[in-house]
Amino acid sequence: MPKFTPAELDAHKAKLLAAAKKKAIIKVGLNTCGDAAGALPVMLAIKEAVAKAGVDAQIVKTGCAGMCGIEPLVEVSIGGAPATMYGQVTAEAAREIVEKHVVGGKVVEAFKVPSIAEMSSDKPVAGKQYRIVLRNCGVIDPESLDEYIARDGYQALKQTLTAMTGEQVIAELETAGLRGRGGAGFPTFMKWKLTRASRPGEQKYIICNGDEGDPGAYMDRSVLEGDPHAVIEGMIIGGWVIGASKGIFYIRAEYPLAIERIEKAIKQARANGLLGTNILGTGFDFDLEVRLGAGAFVCGEETALIASIEGKRGTPRPRPPYPAQKGLWDQPTMVNNVETLANIAQIVLRGGSWFGAIGVGRSKGTKVFAVTGKVKNPGLIEIPMGTTLRQVVMDICGGTTTGKPVKAVQTGGPSGGLIPASLLDTPITYEDLQKLGSIMGSGGMIVMDESDNTVDLSRFYLDFSIDESCGKCAPCRIGGTQMLRTIDKIAERKGTAADIAKIKRIALTMQRGSLCALGQTTPNPVLSALRYFESEWTERLLPAVKK
Amino acid sequence: MAAAAPADLATIAKKWKDKRGSLIMALHDLQGRYGYVPRDAAQELGKLMDVPLARIYEVITFYNYFKLEAPGRNIISVCMGTACYLKGAPEIVAKLSEKLGVKAGETTPDKMFHLQQVRCIGCCGLAPVVTVNEKVLAKVKAADVIDQVYACAVKGA
Repeated sequence: MPKFTPAELDAHKAKLLAAAKKKAIIKVGLNTCGDAAGALPVMLAIKEAVAKAGVDAQIVKTGCAGMCGIEPLVEVSIGGAPATMYGQVTAEAAREIVEKHVVGGKVVEAFKVPSIAEMSSDKPVAGKQYRIVLRNCGVIDPESLDEYIARDGYQALKQTLTAMTGEQVIAELETAGLRGRGGAGFPTFMKWKLTRASRPGEQKYIICNGDEGDPGAYMDRSVLEGDPHAVIEGMIIGGWVIGASKGIFYIRAEYPLAIERIEKAIKQARANGLLGTNILGTGFDFDLEVRLGAGAFVCGEETALIASIEGKRGTPRPRPPYPAQKGLWDQPTMVNNVETLANIAQIVLRGGSWFGAIGVGRSKGTKVFAVTGKVKNPGLIEIPMGTTLRQVVMDICGGTTTGKPVKAVQTGGPSGGLIPASLLDTPITYEDLQKLGSIMGSGGMIVMDESDNTVDLSRFYLDFSIDESCGKCAPCRIGGTQMLRTIDKIAERKGTAADIAKIKRIALTMQRGSLCALGQTTPNPVLSALRYFESEWTERLLPAVKK
Repeated sequence: MAAAAPADLATIAKKWKDKRGSLIMALHDLQGRYGYVPRDAAQELGKLMDVPLARIYEVITFYNYFKLEAPGRNIISVCMGTACYLKGAPEIVAKLSEKLGVKAGETTPDKMFHLQQVRCIGCCGLAPVVTVNEKVLAKVKAADVIDQVYACAVKGA
């Protein structure tokens, strides 16, 4: 295995591009969801059919292309021509596609669906998909370092290590206006700057938060599975900027494929001089290891996550001190989300001002969402900030599958809120969503139609948050349970107006008194349901007693 | 379940003992070996790693992923992520409970099936989703679910 120097990395990339095949390329989406939909038998059928026909075709397994409702997906491109995407492909359909399209050169219209290129725009326009984070997902083989290198992989690392200072990288991030994609939206440059400045010369750590816990969201899983090297490259750059020699991936144990692909990518990077000692011959030492979560939503909170990496119960602690001062093993630590890290290399390569020109106001760049629920085309999408909820739900995802009107959209999962159909023209920005009582969150977006009930849904989320409360502080532990009891009373048609007032009072206590974001945001789904759909609650109340 | 095999425990302990904060990783390995965390094995591993049993229980009772009891031969997991919830997962759980005669979180008396609800498994586009051991069933209907489960269950003891 070669250990790359900067010049050798470029030479290798040029060689790969020159060798770019003239022959047919067949891509099969093989993420967790593709596998679940039956992509493996499809892959086997394609291999057999190609061998039988004796054609010169390269068969590639890729990550998630985003069209999760019509998996398994197969993409065919011949001699560099624009690719054709096929959806809901069975083994039988796969054989037909090989025979007619790969061998015969004729597109099989019956299974044709819009391709990634057709679904996204090459310019960042609000309302259209634009891929920065997902640029390689569904496009490259995530298990091939060469394919990543051929798509500018590790060029940003080369540039930072050989031609930039840490301050320059931070300045680019500041110009870019990138904010944390885990949900809270803290400016990324600030986190990097604070950790860089903290206790220079001491052991520091960078942590990738891959503990995606929102039930109904899978953006981070798809990025880890579909483009692992992009996250690793972001980690190495971050480590270099803050002065860390060690990075840790904290990934949910429920994501075995993501773990496998990250571990494989780490080994590849290490073997090629991109990780380990003397990276790219520049003298910089940095290495990565993987730690598994064990099913605790609260571990998405950074201090709880750090406790978990230390092998303890994942309970949060008060901040300050912030992890930048005292984090893992009491050393300066920076925790970044998967999607945040996947943006880094592109910002370094294309410049902070390029990124900063996308989006609106203080919400820059793009955001990846997992759009699910009663929507016609569920899946993973990436849109410039400022795109409206209506554009996402109606234009990109095709409206409801039931034909019934949209009732509400839920963002931010158990920490977010419901947004009624009347407010669908709200642009997606951190500020606008917060104004409505929801949050950007990590990227879950659930679409509800008129048949869904908001009392039931907010109860569902509350139940989740109570179960996931770590129990350390009283407002979260007791408040959540009492709120649930009160909601149950109302659901059983035994509640009164006083009970609604009680829910609001408990909510305020939880928001003000809870130790961490889990407790502070637990009331959000309930409060937003009360705010926008009050009649669904009041119609279940007992009639007022006449005095 | 097999009795604690000391050789396995020594391997796990050796792999993790000198790595700081690695108790959870060692417990993942232990559960990977037995399907749950048997008390005897936890105690033995604790001795090898110099970790008191109380510390181990402190950790395994906090995290949902760790099981304290042996699960059944076939593990049926009904996804309770939001998308699956909206698309009928509660009805699926009710149907399976009725047919198997156990509640979610319980194992049938013959130890053949363990029924559980799980957090989002990240296949929301295929909701509602049920997994039987490693096999994923997509877009499941409550009416068919029991037949589908029986079809992919492992038979025999």
